[in-house]
Amino acid sequence: MIDSSNVLNLMKVVYVIYVAIVISMVGIYTFGLTRETKIVPKIKIPFYGWIGLLVFVGVGIHIMTYNMIPWVKWDLNRDKIKVDKEFNISIADYKFTLPEKTLVIEEGQTVSFNLKSKDYTYGFGLFRENGSIVFQMQVVPGSTNNLVWKFDKPGKYSIRSTEYSGPRGGNLLVKNAVAVASGPALAQLILENKMQNKTN
Amino acid sequence: MLQVSNLTPLQRVALRFAVISLIFYGVTILEGMLMRAHQINYDLMDPDHYFAIMGAHPMVGIFGSSFMLVFGAFYFLVPTLTNKTIYSQRLAELTWILMAAGTAIVWLSGFLFRYAALYTNYWPLPVSKEFSPYALGSFAIGNILIMSGVFIFCYNLFGTIFHKRDEKEPLGPMLMSALGIDGFINIYRKLTKKGVEKEPIMPLPIVAIFRGSLDTILDALVLGGISVIFLYHAAYSFMGMPLSAEWFDALIYKNIYWWGLDLIADGLVLIYVAGTWYLLATIISGKPLYMQNIARAALLVELVVSWNVWGHHLLSDQGQPNLMKIVSGEMVTAFELVTMGIAVFITLKTLWQARPLKMTPQLKFLLGGILGFSLGVPAGIIQADLGMNRILHNTQWVIGAHAHMQLLVGLGMTLYAALYTLFPMLTNDVKLKSNALTNFHFWAHLIGGIGMAMVMGFAGMDGMLRRTIYPGDATYKTEMIVAAFFGSLMILAYLAMMYNIINSIGIRGLIEIFVKLPAPKTKTEPAIQT
Repeated sequence: MIDSSNVLNLMKVVYVIYVAIVISMVGIYTFGLTRETKIVPKIKIPFYGWIGLLVFVGVGIHIMTYNMIPWVKWDLNRDKIKVDKEFNISIADYKFTLPEKTLVIEEGQTVSFNLKSKDYTYGFGLFRENGSIVFQMQVVPGSTNNLVWKFDKPGKYSIRSTEYSGPRGGNLLVKNAVAVASGPALAQLILENKMQNKTN
Repeated sequence: MLQVSNLTPLQRVALRFAVISLIFYGVTILEGMLMRAHQINYDLMDPDHYFAIMGAHPMVGIFGSSFMLVFGAFYFLVPTLTNKTIYSQRLAELTWILMAAGTAIVWLSGFLFRYAALYTNYWPLPVSKEFSPYALGSFAIGNILIMSGVFIFCYNLFGTIFHKRDEKEPLGPMLMSALGIDGFINIYRKLTKKGVEKEPIMPLPIVAIFRGSLDTILDALVLGGISVIFLYHAAYSFMGMPLSAEWFDALIYKNIYWWGLDLIADGLVLIYVAGTWYLLATIISGKPLYMQNIARAALLVELVVSWNVWGHHLLSDQGQPNLMKIVSGEMVTAFELVTMGIAVFITLKTLWQARPLKMTPQLKFLLGGILGFSLGVPAGIIQADLGMNRILHNTQWVIGAHAHMQLLVGLGMTLYAALYTLFPMLTNDVKLKSNALTNFHFWAHLIGGIGMAMVMGFAGMDGMLRRTIYPGDATYKTEMIVAAFFGSLMILAYLAMMYNIINSIGIRGLIEIFVKLPAPKTKTEPAIQT
């Protein structure tokens, strides 16, 4: 299954190619514009062809992502999707309150994160150990803030507020708050969580 | 050197706007570099200080610098292009005074009182206990002054266009022309071959200015109205009776606020920019604008599009209905690519018809502006997608590859093209002393702007958030160092431009734009005895 790191890595390549093409095109155009001898361009771009291309790209990107990026469908149908697990998390006074110290997820499970803010607008984002983003959403007070996600790779993730909520919330972070595992590693995580709950 | 006594009142007021704008631009880039230094060291200042700078940065940059330069240019251009006198010179003077004072007060609300609800002001943070009533009150007063200046500008501009008109010209057709409806009628006539195409009454740049100003009014209504609410809350807090913030739903507020705020980014800026490109293209090429009717019609379409695109800022808000996300956030927003693409096509085609052209500073900066929008607009379209927004929202991608690319390279270069075009007109043909410095300004700003915006975009794709601090975490340090290098290039570009302009008009000329100085003492030659 495609995950966000695949999309972002591909996007880096596409972005560099796009920037290079646009700069080159403006450069070639400028060369032709200022050269003493008139250049007759080999490719002529008709106006309505150009408009058609822009409409195709502008609308096409949404159709493409709808069909290729799995989380678009999860998001649009999140009220109908049957999830394996739900985590109810609240945020107030610049602090996340998690149901467990570590949110343990079994590889392949579909999970719903239900967030509630008791004061300001926050964000809820999951980040990999290298700092790259898995997903994020806004957490608005008085609103339903839920997100469905399927985890099919093992890993540890940190939770970070992705929205500015005031100077005190400038670095609202819970390190290694989510763990995805299977087999013995999963059993170990569940055991650690139980022991932690007992000591609390 | 500039002889201020020979300037008309209109030239002088336009120059006042320009000087204030360039000073505020200097403040903005200095703030940007301070924040960048903090991002590199991650612990240069307290969070409340850092975020106070971050709050002031866009306000000073947008209203103190960009709006100011645009308003000054339009105050000069509208009477000039329509062969009229300005509706009220006094109101023009009042505009820059209100906007400069308002921007300074907003800046002080951060500097003195650490107001830091940032540009977005999400409810209920501004009216919460996080900020003192002094902080909120001063921010609100500053913002109200800025918006008052905006209203006065629009009133004065509309007065110039419609009130001071030839009595033979009825208001109805003028209004239709200003809205661009005659562009649609001409297209219809051409397609159906019914009737003869008529020359529109309004010059195209005036159409763009009028159209953009409609968005400007709506934006000022929303931002000014919300500032009045802030002031009301601040007054009660000041009296020791803080009001509850629960009366306003945070999501509805966010929709209203973004509707108004987005009229700047996706409305008036794009419309004003298109109008400026068209004007510059006709001035530089000496040719009529290519497909003028399409350009007029597209400006009206852009106006309607700009009223319906705010949803792309709420794609990550799960309480927002899916239909609004898809229609406003994705589909209507995608049309910004089309309307901007039309402006790019028409401008480039108009210039192309006049080739070969000499590479003047105006042309150079105009092409730089087109390049900036060609890079920045698609970056915005990418994040205005349900799938991509989930992994890009609030990252450095948004503010770097999209916003700063558009503002610094797209808008900035366009404004510089206008500045270099208007400079001789406003100063009675004062020549800039150094072409080398103008060239340096161009290349350093272009490379610095594109470089910085791209590196920020890469940091965003690596997960760096735009309004988060990372104390003791060096994950994104390399990107921030490279961004600082490119940012420094833009500082050098600014210094080169300022030196060139001040050196050309003289310190005395610069001061006399605002206050009259005593006449310089002239050396008297000793009498020659014969």
